[in-house]
Amino acid sequence: MAENNLTINKLKEKFPNSILGEGTFRGESTVTVPKEEIVQICKFLHSDPDLQYHLLTDLCGLDRLPEVPRFEVVYHLCSIKNHQRIRLRVKVGEDEFISSVESIWKSANWYEREAFDLFGILFKNHPDLRRILLWDGFEGHPLRKDYPTQGPDFDKPFVPEV
Amino acid sequence: MGIETYLEKTPFLPAVDYIVNWGRKYSVWPVTFGLACCALEMMVTHISWDIGRFGSEAFRPTPRQADMMIVAGTVTKKMAPMIKRIYEQMPEPKWVIAFGACACSGGVFQTYSVVQGVDQIVPVDFYIPGCPPKPEALLAAWVKLQKKIEGETLADRKDVRGSLEMKG
Amino acid sequence: MTINMGPQHPATHGVLRIVLELDGEVIVKAIPHLGHLHRGVEKLAESKTYHQSIPFTDRLDYTNAMGNNLAYVLAVEKLLGIEVPKRAQYIRVMMAELQRIAAHLIWLGSHALDMGAMTLFFYNFREREQILRMFEEVAGGRLTPTYLRIGGLSKDLPDGIEEKIKAFVQVFPDRVKEYETLLTKNFIWLKRTKGIGILSKENAINWGVTGPTLRGSGVKYDVRKAFPYSSYEQFDFDIPIGSVGDVYDRYIVRLREMEWSNGIVEQVLERLPKGPIIANDPRITLPPKDDVTKDIAPLIRQFKIVSEGFKPPVGEVYASVEASKGELGFYIVSDGSNHPFRFRIRTPSFANLGALPIMIEGGLIADVIASIGSLDIVLGEVDR
Repeated sequence: MAENNLTINKLKEKFPNSILGEGTFRGESTVTVPKEEIVQICKFLHSDPDLQYHLLTDLCGLDRLPEVPRFEVVYHLCSIKNHQRIRLRVKVGEDEFISSVESIWKSANWYEREAFDLFGILFKNHPDLRRILLWDGFEGHPLRKDYPTQGPDFDKPFVPEV
Repeated sequence: MGIETYLEKTPFLPAVDYIVNWGRKYSVWPVTFGLACCALEMMVTHISWDIGRFGSEAFRPTPRQADMMIVAGTVTKKMAPMIKRIYEQMPEPKWVIAFGACACSGGVFQTYSVVQGVDQIVPVDFYIPGCPPKPEALLAAWVKLQKKIEGETLADRKDVRGSLEMKG
Repeated sequence: MTINMGPQHPATHGVLRIVLELDGEVIVKAIPHLGHLHRGVEKLAESKTYHQSIPFTDRLDYTNAMGNNLAYVLAVEKLLGIEVPKRAQYIRVMMAELQRIAAHLIWLGSHALDMGAMTLFFYNFREREQILRMFEEVAGGRLTPTYLRIGGLSKDLPDGIEEKIKAFVQVFPDRVKEYETLLTKNFIWLKRTKGIGILSKENAINWGVTGPTLRGSGVKYDVRKAFPYSSYEQFDFDIPIGSVGDVYDRYIVRLREMEWSNGIVEQVLERLPKGPIIANDPRITLPPKDDVTKDIAPLIRQFKIVSEGFKPPVGEVYASVEASKGELGFYIVSDGSNHPFRFRIRTPSFANLGALPIMIEGGLIADVIASIGSLDIVLGEVDR
């Protein structure tokens, strides 16, 4: 836990106005940051010699309907050298853009495509933002809260187009 | 128009049927179509439960050389056109077994992207329930399939019957 | 020339489609297309209670069902803040390591089969059958046992199973030596795997690769040592790593991992304590099945927990385990109601597959099969 305080202290030192919220729950630290500064914060966490968060474990989206801004993007980072984890949260509105972190961690490429596919979150500066898990021609974004689990036409028989 | 049109008028048809069905039922060659978890139980039937003793030693990778398709695993709407295409590439006579709960009726997954049963796409001859079914269940279906093939007759083939009716 | 290595292919280990652009036989560009097995598990789990989602986790990476169960129940137990008894933790470790051996056996068999060495397939499945029969005796299911519950296990080990596991564990190291005599110094195997599909250390970490693929490239990162869970810190084992990051290194890493897992199962059998197998929290854990049929209070408890579920506190957790393919993590966000608000599964094969294009670009077509086999992906996990 002392090492995690090191991360949060260094972040507070370098970006004093950007920490919108922080908390610890069950031993894990979470930091909420604004979406305009996500790339700088991630670059700092990646390249600082004491922190070295080289592994992007996960990047996912969250739908908080009916709150505004509607979506959240959650980043899980891991430092192999210090055996530390940290979670970053960013709030994004429905038709707003958030900068992609693909230039820092290449694994964000597919994670951001998945967030776009399932939620409709738009990423700026992404080299190839298109659907990954669902087929082209699918309408809607299934993991949103107002999309039915069974799909819109569950009671009709399915006819594939060959 | 094929030898069946002449054979139907002669008393030799049951004998020819018997020999042809004997050959077909003891050498059913499936096409490898494992999609998800049930594919592992299908592979195990091949190896540990020795499906070779039923004549199906060779699981063909290409549908052109196979006469049976075992759909093992969840069928999604993205994969459905490929299943239909592979079914159409198989030559007659062909049979389909739906192996596992997901292929029979969608299984646990009642969601926006899963086809609720492969019989919405291709006609199915046998349904094997289970999640996943034990390999012995697949062998039981094999034995039933052999009995079904025994009961078939050459004159009942779809293309032949159509042309026989045309001739009057 | 562009060719399509389609979803129905004997060597893609599932429904994976790769579009290859070629120049002669050299690959210029490779684009994987996923999603042919996307079943919508994350959305489906949002409408079920926490207990009802345990069977979904079996079917994600179907070669490593016990490990997936373990990751999920660890996440829920962390969210609730309950403590699992020692005996349950030790049995969970034993089941997870046996499952790791079974998963690596499938990998070895199908990898060798793709490259033409068909004998090994039959030997590996012979061993795997023994493990699956043990799972069937313990939990009731071969491929999808669903043995773990929130707070512990569903039932205790039956009589006689410990002798069977001991007998298996004593024979297994000789079997691994048998496999090695077939492949490790085989001239054809070395020609087909050394120097193929190289993934450097920096590339591996940048692409989010974890598991034996990362360790083959020389990075010593294993979730069991870095963030220990379920009493792993009390067992004595080492992490094998490779040096170059080619197909051969990953093969050696997984073989050694099988041997170390065998050692862990031996240690568990020696030190297995007696005691309860599930935490005693009446609002969360199910009562023993015998009591349910005899008394009214356990019956009401069982009914309420199964139909309504429990309401965890508001918050979010991320818990991960070292599955056979890499780091499998569950990120669960709870809003205080009885089903999860967000159920996110971080699967290792999704990230590992992202590194496939850089491994095969510049190589020959035949090496694509070797690289895919060494990555060890399972499409149920990639597409969820």
